[in-house]
Amino acid sequence: MEIAYFPGCTLKTTAKSFETSALAIAESLGLDIKELPEWTCCGTVYSLAEDDLMKQLGPIRTLARAEGLGYSTLTTLCSMCYNTLVQAKQFVAGDSVRLQKINNFMEEESDYTGTVEIKHFLTLLMELGLDRLKEAVQRDLAGRKIACYYGCLLLRPESASIDDCEQPQILEQLMQALGAEPVFFPYQVECCGSYLTAVKPDIVARRAYRILENARENGAEAIITSCPLCSFNLKDRQKNIKAIYPGFKDIPVYYFTEIMSEALGITKTVENS
Amino acid sequence: MRIGVFICHCGKNIAGVIDIKRLTSSVSELEEVYYATDYVYLCSEPGQKAIQDQIKELGLTHIVVAACSPKMHAATFAQALEDAGVNAYLLEIANIREQCSWVHPHEPEEATDKAFELIKAGVAKVGQAVPLQPLSVPLNRKVMVVGGGIAGIQAALDIANGGFEVYLVERTPSLGGHMAQLSETFPTLDCSSCILTPRMVEAAKHPKIHLYTYSEVKEVQGVVGQYKVKIEQKPRYVDPVKCTGCGDCTEVCPVIVPNEFEQSLGGRKAIYVPFSQAVPLKYTIDLENCLNTRELVVCDQCYRACGPKAINYLMEPKEEEIEVGAIVVATGYDLMPVEDLKEYGGGLYPDVVSGLEFERLVTASGPTSGVVRRPSDGKIPKRIVFIQCAGSRDPEHGCAYCSKICCMYTAKHAFMFKHAVPDGEVFVFYIDVRAAGKGYEEFVQRVMEEERIAYLRGKVSKVFQRDDKLIVWGSDTLTGMAVEIEADMVVLAPAVVPSKGAKELAKLFKTPVNEYGFLDEVHPKLRPVESSAMGVYLAGAAQAPKDIPDSVSQASAAASKVLGLFSQEELALEPIKAEVNLDNCDGCALCVGVCPYGAISLVQDEPDGPRHIQVHKALCQGCGVCMATCPKEGVNVAGFTLAQLREQLRAMLK
Repeated sequence: MEIAYFPGCTLKTTAKSFETSALAIAESLGLDIKELPEWTCCGTVYSLAEDDLMKQLGPIRTLARAEGLGYSTLTTLCSMCYNTLVQAKQFVAGDSVRLQKINNFMEEESDYTGTVEIKHFLTLLMELGLDRLKEAVQRDLAGRKIACYYGCLLLRPESASIDDCEQPQILEQLMQALGAEPVFFPYQVECCGSYLTAVKPDIVARRAYRILENARENGAEAIITSCPLCSFNLKDRQKNIKAIYPGFKDIPVYYFTEIMSEALGITKTVENS
Repeated sequence: MRIGVFICHCGKNIAGVIDIKRLTSSVSELEEVYYATDYVYLCSEPGQKAIQDQIKELGLTHIVVAACSPKMHAATFAQALEDAGVNAYLLEIANIREQCSWVHPHEPEEATDKAFELIKAGVAKVGQAVPLQPLSVPLNRKVMVVGGGIAGIQAALDIANGGFEVYLVERTPSLGGHMAQLSETFPTLDCSSCILTPRMVEAAKHPKIHLYTYSEVKEVQGVVGQYKVKIEQKPRYVDPVKCTGCGDCTEVCPVIVPNEFEQSLGGRKAIYVPFSQAVPLKYTIDLENCLNTRELVVCDQCYRACGPKAINYLMEPKEEEIEVGAIVVATGYDLMPVEDLKEYGGGLYPDVVSGLEFERLVTASGPTSGVVRRPSDGKIPKRIVFIQCAGSRDPEHGCAYCSKICCMYTAKHAFMFKHAVPDGEVFVFYIDVRAAGKGYEEFVQRVMEEERIAYLRGKVSKVFQRDDKLIVWGSDTLTGMAVEIEADMVVLAPAVVPSKGAKELAKLFKTPVNEYGFLDEVHPKLRPVESSAMGVYLAGAAQAPKDIPDSVSQASAAASKVLGLFSQEELALEPIKAEVNLDNCDGCALCVGVCPYGAISLVQDEPDGPRHIQVHKALCQGCGVCMATCPKEGVNVAGFTLAQLREQLRAMLK
């Protein structure tokens, strides 16, 4: 069954490798996913304003389009897109007045009725089954000690979480299936600093430092994530970290799909960034 | 039939809105009404007398009182009727106050019309009424108390001292419950064991109390006054009559397992007593951990060591049936497992412990002889962080309620730790300090100030290990600062939850539980110890989180309810009960399934004869669901029969 794929802005710009590797994985595993022909901004940061319906227009429009094209499932790679879409869906679920108002704003679209299910790419992989993933492994990641970093958007609020929001295991299970050795590190769900990166990069650098060092202390040689913003903060801010903590040594940060495509023999060994 | 209608002014409550004169005259004109009159206060002594006089003078047979809600004065007027020689069930109340004058103060015309309709309906209904007599059912004046904690012990003692026989059933091998595990008790700091164990002994020795420890309730049948209960006594594999409690067996037993009583912080043998003051002091072999199985005996160390030869590996479970008239449920509480509190490191790090585990660590009789030691390495912790509301007041953990006891026991723990380790540091994370009990607030203040305990108002986000320290991240919302504390030990105050199996037990007793599994009372304010199943009473933390004083008070309250019930020789019940109409009932049994009280059963008078339903009068609460369900008019609730309701409705719609 064909699944709609909603890329979101970052996947087409700074996180291209995330998309390329994920799509290659999907193809090799026979996941039938297809990019939505017309898509708009996911809405980025989910608005918590109960009465500001305008803020929900972006995500609901995307869902309406997927529904209009007959899709029953929509997938995303970016944690932020996933979170915004799921929360917007929950925002209108069971509140017909709210939904009607939003539908009225988008006369050019067919009405959204709430049927499309949103699944993160990780969930799709889990639904294929760990055994299936194990079979697909070409170059097992034996001995690779990987810290799985979740950040917040895959897990919070609890109603939108793809796994146990306190002790998630989904990335660890995936890494284990690929033969790698996931390391437990207490900072796996700590905030990366998020958008403070734009205005207070120092704060983000300090946060990232603690997260990265905690992963390293627990034996990790690399960190994986599914969020372009986390990736930016943990990876690209490492130069800022060095300015504050001169002794800091780089640690590679990957999208989980990059490591995975390597294991499935799709791409070459991911170089240390 | 002579129907008399009496219309009350209720001062201006009714007469201020309704045109009483017009109302009385139109009621008098009703064909069915023999006599109608009005009076300023019908409920008053002269008002009641006026009704009685007219009954005698005019020979009235049925009465409609148009006045306030029947909840207010139905019983008053019923008694007046009885005194005048008219059956109480030939009375109908037309509520023209709450349902008319009070809600339509600005429409006097329409209100008067509506009052007339209400009276007309009452007249129609009372016309179909028949005299009813109160039911009398036999009352077995013995009680079963389930749960041998402080609440159960208290209830059992109070009832037994009142002169009635008590069966006290406890699931574990000893009486005592959680209170036996406690060190000192807040706010007075008196030793828990010192005040509890004498009561345990008293209960065990009381001639009116039959003790069933290591026993479980398996089946409950019957209703108030006549319950039949099956109790299973689990095999101890030690003859309780022969066992002297000397402990020679436990010394030679080669198997050591975690001791539940010590919250697994200490060990016990496979043949054991939970704690040294256990009542009864009889040993028990825990067959799950014993080297022997039911089929094979491979170790007989205890058998050989036992002087009085009390060990019997072949003992079987014993089932006994008892008959009681009332039941007190005092099944107590458990704590939410720390494993469910992973954000606080529960189950991940050994030095993250629950309040009950800490209780054992500060108890002189505990596994560390009262020296607070970390479970991981036995070191004495210098810095402890207490986290309150761990799971409580937290809908995400399924417990939106306050667990009530934690603020106080945490203050007590902080106090005790500071006295044991004077250079130790204590931090307490709290949401609010709830110390609403006698002497409670004073105790907390004393702990905060004199013991210099740091109370931080805020929640903890995370606990994790770094080297041999536990790192606690939290927020201090009073200063607005994020706090990081490097601690040696973390003590959680997990949510108080109903004890394991309490929900299933509640089903046996047909007592409702709330969304969290705590037993529900009939009325939270006016009937707090009665369950909606008549004859089942509640005591202790099975109903909601409670501390010792509250549990004991409620246990005594439940006991007084039982004693009140037992003050009668027979049980009088309202006759408003479902009755089968044998002409119409064809045994389709639709009503059997819908009856919320399980009061209806299907019977056959002869082996091959037609089936029909039978109503257990004592179980039936007269709700009428059966009557509404039956498609054949095969069942009626006395006092509210289909004919009565039909006429009532017809009169209103006419």
